[in-house]
Amino acid sequence: MERHFDLELEELKHTILTMSGMVEEAINKAVTSLEKLSPEIANEVIQADTRIDRLENEIDEKTIAFIVRNQPVAGDLRLIVMATKIGTDLERMADLAVDIAERALELTGQPLIKPLIDIPKLAHLAQKMTHESIESFITLDGELARAVRTQDDEADSLRDLVTRELTEIISRDCSVAARAIPLILVARHLERICDHATNIAEAVVYVAEAKLIKHGEED
Amino acid sequence: MISILNMDYKIETQNLNLYYGKFQALRNVDCSFEANRITALIGPSGCGKSTFLRCLNRMNDLIPGVRTEGRVIINDQDIYTPGADLISLRKRIGMVFQRPNPFPLSVRDNVTYGLKIHNLADRGEWDQIVEESLRNTWLWHELKDGLRKDARLLPLDQQQRLCLARIVATKPEIILLDEPCSALDPIATEKLEELMRTLKLTYTIVIVTHNMDQAVRISDSCGFFLLGDLVEFGTTEQVFEKPADTRTEKYITGHFG
Repeated sequence: MERHFDLELEELKHTILTMSGMVEEAINKAVTSLEKLSPEIANEVIQADTRIDRLENEIDEKTIAFIVRNQPVAGDLRLIVMATKIGTDLERMADLAVDIAERALELTGQPLIKPLIDIPKLAHLAQKMTHESIESFITLDGELARAVRTQDDEADSLRDLVTRELTEIISRDCSVAARAIPLILVARHLERICDHATNIAEAVVYVAEAKLIKHGEED
Repeated sequence: MISILNMDYKIETQNLNLYYGKFQALRNVDCSFEANRITALIGPSGCGKSTFLRCLNRMNDLIPGVRTEGRVIINDQDIYTPGADLISLRKRIGMVFQRPNPFPLSVRDNVTYGLKIHNLADRGEWDQIVEESLRNTWLWHELKDGLRKDARLLPLDQQQRLCLARIVATKPEIILLDEPCSALDPIATEKLEELMRTLKLTYTIVIVTHNMDQAVRISDSCGFFLLGDLVEFGTTEQVFEKPADTRTEKYITGHFG
């Protein structure tokens, strides 16, 4: 039976989808701005962030109104509670995309300290985890969500690798610090994006299966 | 006498079936109610929840053509054993109905009615019991100057709480409530719910309600009935956060109908 609030739930999901599309684009562009050291693309990422912030507020307003009007329970309740959390994660991912774009601006006009190898790998992983976490939300696919979660260790390793390598370079010649530190930060920003994708995936498992698996509770 | 293994349970039903003539209204209901907890029974109209509630004090015996099978064990005693003492059973179990049903007597005589017919206390103690019972149901300040008043003239919410006072006076163990708030406005409902929360410290409470928000607000455990089956029984948090049965999920999220 169609319920009076099914339309509201669909609208809420739609807002999350719109927001996640924008966040994916922000991450992709931020990575491109870094690869091409393009200030134009970096500035586009920074400018788009306000719209994403507004969508986070919109999700919060919609979920609060929904709770007030409908007192959701069971699957509806799980979806509504996790929708606000997913909104928060998406907004933070967009902020991290802005951070990466800002690092690209800092690096623009200077030669790269070394060819980028592991950062593109980490960037690719962040994009993949983001995309799959959102896909798992759309389809409420607990299995796909769990698969996203398992990739987080790889993200941590890649960040550690980049940090170690660049720290060594700085320790040999500290005059390159201004070009090396932004890259260390980029690795951290990308790894944080993977953490938020993991949060989204864990939220999806809760919506789909009513199991709280955060902080290794299921392991 | 039948001993039950788990003495933490105040009420236990085993393989309970009930027929109205050929129609089976309850099917193999097995469940246990813990002492000093509020258990809510929910489900659509005609699902068997009120019928089940009336099994717990053998009220269905009064309906012609009713046949009951299985066991209802209250404090290690099967109340359906032939020869079970029904008067003593009903003394231990109080019941509140949808419409308040004060007797056509004064407030005071309503409260002392059970004491009188069961010969539970000396007349000298009645004043004290009346005051205690009215205090425990938050009526004392409202009614202490009107104890001689005809109970039927009280507002509905006071009538309903007076029915509880009448029960409390006889010091039962279990209180059954069959949609006790359906005739009450939201403020009176809130008051009765708050009262139930305090009463559960002393009594084991089972409530049938159509109001799922009420079940969520007041109950510790919750059972969902559908077409005579107890589909799901668990803690209220579990039932309303992650129901195990899709029929429960459909009912509580409004997909049935």
